[in-house]
Amino acid sequence: MRSFSVIDFVSLVAALRWTVLLVVLALAFGAPLALGLATGRVSCFAPLRWAMAAIIQVIQSVPLLGLLFFFYFGMPVFLGIQVPAIIAVTVAYTLYTAAFLGEIWRGGLEAVKLAQWEAGSCLGLSLWQQFRHIIAPQALRLSLPPTVGFLVQLIKGTSLASIVGFVELARAGQVVSAATFQPLLTYALVAAIYFALCLPLTLWSRSLEARLDGSR
Amino acid sequence: MNFLPLWRYQNQLIDGAFVTLELTVVAALFGILIGIAGAVALKGRIAALRWLVRGYIELFRNTPSLIQIFIVFFVLPTFGLKLPAFEAACVALSLYFGAYSVEIIRSGLDSIPRSQVEAGQCLGLSGWQVFRHIVLPPALRNAYPAVTSQFVLLLLGTSLASQVAADELFHVAGFIESRTYRSFEVYAVICAVYFAMAMSFKALFALVGAAAFRWPRRR
Repeated sequence: MRSFSVIDFVSLVAALRWTVLLVVLALAFGAPLALGLATGRVSCFAPLRWAMAAIIQVIQSVPLLGLLFFFYFGMPVFLGIQVPAIIAVTVAYTLYTAAFLGEIWRGGLEAVKLAQWEAGSCLGLSLWQQFRHIIAPQALRLSLPPTVGFLVQLIKGTSLASIVGFVELARAGQVVSAATFQPLLTYALVAAIYFALCLPLTLWSRSLEARLDGSR
Repeated sequence: MNFLPLWRYQNQLIDGAFVTLELTVVAALFGILIGIAGAVALKGRIAALRWLVRGYIELFRNTPSLIQIFIVFFVLPTFGLKLPAFEAACVALSLYFGAYSVEIIRSGLDSIPRSQVEAGQCLGLSGWQVFRHIVLPPALRNAYPAVTSQFVLLLLGTSLASQVAADELFHVAGFIESRTYRSFEVYAVICAVYFAMAMSFKALFALVGAAAFRWPRRR
């Protein structure tokens, strides 16, 4: 046992980069998938809609912790080879991000009235042009606030990677707390760091919501 | 892949599922109470109380639930308040759920246009009657989808209680894993159980919503 020192603080801040890395990886792989899910959910082809809806339902109805463990222990079983933890964790966060962002973006796409597509086609625009120039900008405007809001969920969610042995912020907190026997100070600091990361995003999301109010 | 060794642990799984449900329901009830109290305070005239509730909401919505559970379980004992794992998880999850409930309930109440309240007053209804007959039914109807989806997220979030060894479903999974060494199979089964519970609640809420509010069907 030793007392809490600058080194402990540094180790917490250093662990933060893993938290950030996980968020970046989840977004980098999850966002394109989410776009696919969202467009699939609004497609004219019913079986595709159902399939996408089923995928989203399954992922959203399982705890994130469950997803992490499923892939952490499952990847070697599926693939027959040992994979590094980061890959299993990234797969889990990617699917989590894809499912939630997919639903958010679908909401944005559906909120743009069908008549807008028709107006575009009357102007002789191709389906892609309609999407690109008419639908997507409006849908983006509508779904930006909840997207930023989801980012907060994702940052908080990365704390679960600690449980499969990933030394990110939450895990570093546990380690420091155990070493210094000062849970109050340590966890307050960890919470404060998460808070400092998330609060600006929450406030940003709220101001976006006020500014880009879709009902006007 | 071999699921057979798990068969003899079905009783533990069922017990774990019940603890998970218990945790969810208790945290949801206390969370809703906090939500109502908080929404009333936000609507109230006492500025200090409004700030206090705002601070509570921001604090609990912008920090991970896992850390909140750790703080209740590991930090409160240093103040002489030692809670068992289940109770600690209840407290932390109630506060977490409460922070979201305040906003949901407040926005439900806010969704009623001021003019409707005035219309009620013009008809000579008392303050309570206006609330009971004009504000409450549509407010409930508007808040219902958000409350129920938050409830399902809470159900899934109770899995974090396993990290302080509350004996809910996910903790049971760890126990079975340590006995059988069938990690993947155990967590696949656990995920399926959570999935079944979440889907049942979603279906139940959809039915109740349709019956209670005569939901206009989408599309």
